[in-house]
Amino acid sequence: MKRSQFWDHVILVLGALFMLVPVVYALMTSSHDAVSIYKEGLQLSPGGHFVDTYKQVLTEAGGFTKSVTGLTMLWNSLVLGLGFAFGKIIISMLAAYAIVYFRFPLGTFFFWIIFSTLLLPLEVRILPSYEIVQGLGMANTYSGLIIPLIASATGTFYFRQFFKSVPDELVEAARIDGAGPLKFFIDILVPLSKTMIAAIFIIMFVFGWNQYLWPTLITTDESLFTLVRGMKQILQVWIGAQIPDTNQAMALAVLAMLPPVLIVVIFQSWFVKGLVESEK
Amino acid sequence: MAGIQLNTLRKIYAGNVEAVKGISIDIKDGEFIVLVGPSGCGKSTLLRMVAGLETITDGELFIGDRLVNNVEPADRDIAMVFQNYALYPHMTVYGNLAYGLKNRSIPKDEIEKRVRKAAEILEIGDFLDRRPRQLSGGQRQRVAMGRAIVREPAAFLFDEPLSNLDAKLRVQMRMEIKKLQKELGTTSLYVTHDQLEAMTLADRLVVLSGGVVEQIGSPIDVYEKPASTFVATFIGSPAMNLLPLAKSGNEWKLDNGANVDVKLNTDLSDLILGVRPEDLVIEELSEKFDTGLHTALTVHVVEPVGAESYVHGTIGEGSVDVVVRAPGKLHFEPGQILKVTAKPEKLHTFDTKSGKRIELEGALETA
Ligand SMILES: Nc1ncnc2c1ncn2[C@@H]1O[C@H](COP(=O)(O)OP(=O)(O)OP(=O)(O)O)[C@@H](O)[C@H]1O
Ligand SMILES: [Mg+2]
Repeated sequence: MKRSQFWDHVILVLGALFMLVPVVYALMTSSHDAVSIYKEGLQLSPGGHFVDTYKQVLTEAGGFTKSVTGLTMLWNSLVLGLGFAFGKIIISMLAAYAIVYFRFPLGTFFFWIIFSTLLLPLEVRILPSYEIVQGLGMANTYSGLIIPLIASATGTFYFRQFFKSVPDELVEAARIDGAGPLKFFIDILVPLSKTMIAAIFIIMFVFGWNQYLWPTLITTDESLFTLVRGMKQILQVWIGAQIPDTNQAMALAVLAMLPPVLIVVIFQSWFVKGLVESEK
Repeated sequence: MAGIQLNTLRKIYAGNVEAVKGISIDIKDGEFIVLVGPSGCGKSTLLRMVAGLETITDGELFIGDRLVNNVEPADRDIAMVFQNYALYPHMTVYGNLAYGLKNRSIPKDEIEKRVRKAAEILEIGDFLDRRPRQLSGGQRQRVAMGRAIVREPAAFLFDEPLSNLDAKLRVQMRMEIKKLQKELGTTSLYVTHDQLEAMTLADRLVVLSGGVVEQIGSPIDVYEKPASTFVATFIGSPAMNLLPLAKSGNEWKLDNGANVDVKLNTDLSDLILGVRPEDLVIEELSEKFDTGLHTALTVHVVEPVGAESYVHGTIGEGSVDVVVRAPGKLHFEPGQILKVTAKPEKLHTFDTKSGKRIELEGALETA
């Protein structure tokens, strides 16, 4: 009993270290200056240049055109992450609502069509998608960045399952209470789905934030670069021929990690609370 | 306030399931009608057709003077109480009561007034700020009732509203519903499969079986003059004893050959004789009479329930189970022979084939 607990802990601690050490490396290294990192390698202790480095990364324009700062990229990532998450939630809720509550011809068929697109992730359809977005003149726009990504079979599927678990009698009570389809959706279904929405929001925000391939393809204008997409590009230019600015690279990496971590931490408490106080 | 008229209502579900086969009921204004019947007989379907939650395949439905076959549930001027309450989990009790009124654009102060009044009647005033999940089953039931009351509808529809409550609470709520309905005078249609609930609540009972009406009448009428063997066994507990009899010569016999000493004024050669357990009296305890039924049981099982005992026995070898409701203080032994009698006016007769009640002319022959 004792012994197995001991080994449980060893494994957990090792796992935690495995995950955390690179993050700590990045954080600590980013607080040194480029020269000392060049001489002494990656750091595990705090250095004295934390504020300098981050200020520089966030505000100093980089890239070929000198039109993009860390702050712009952070903003772009935020727009993508939020647009992606909210877009997916809205679209998939509406789709699931239609599929579950309205009898229309071929409803089930359409559901399976949507479902089968799970087999066609962006990577598979990337060229045609690019063609279309380009053709619509949406390259290098926020909408071009977000809209092609938000149709979501996963989200639709989750919401469909959830809506199906809402008791029929609740729907009927609302009908007798004079709630039409729109009112029912907004007054009853959306509030009931709160926890579901929070869960999907977490997943989708992180997923959207970390998009790499699509932003790389669709944004060539540096002022639209997201952090994940721009980090390397920007640094190559910054680095130039001199000592590599490893501290700045690490600072950008930390910045790129921070918002998803915050979202998870903030919404998790919400999420757990919602799960515990089941509303149905 | 209004009456409800059902004219040969029919419901055919997808897959050609005929759940309701032409039912007509004329419900008077302010009347409390209980639909009762075994599981799957179409009670809920019928109620939901009145509510507008289920389309009407055929027939006409009037609420008041208005034909409402194609009217939305919200516009039928009815309120429904569901079995699992169907309260909106994310709204407070106040919100639950007010929601239907808000959707009807009733002014805020009027809503407030109605909710307070309903809360007072139902004694849920202290919970108005709570969510349904913070309430007990009985309290939720009251909130569900409140949601119906505030609407001030022409009719209340109940679908087994008490079946999720424990036995004691059920009895209490049953009385409260009855009292409330009488106070408000609102026409009510109430579905249950519990015959006791049906008997105690109803002004008139509608006994359903297999999508058709078996009998409509006041609880006492239905109890004393069941229209068929189905009603006879469904209403009353323990159920009415049914003895299939055939005439041989001058005597009535059970199919196991046992003689049953009964005097019946009829030309029929076979019929089903019905007698309620409480109408079978132990011969030694009863006054002497020659008419009616005289027979002897072999006791098999005794179920004492306190004030009385249900004595199960058979007439002759292995025939139908006959139950006698005997005083609880008496003692019975399995295997013992028990002589019982029933007065002629306590006997019911039914047609062997159709199971329909037969009224014997001049009632039952005297001696
Ligand atoms: N949506 C449906 N589609 C097809 N058949 C149905 C549907 N709903 C009910 N039925 C059938 O109609 C018949 C009557 O059902 P209903 O729910 O009215 O019974 P009930 O009398 O309320 O029974 P219970 O006491 O179990 O609630 C049943 O045979 C049932 O299988
Ligand atoms: Mg039912």
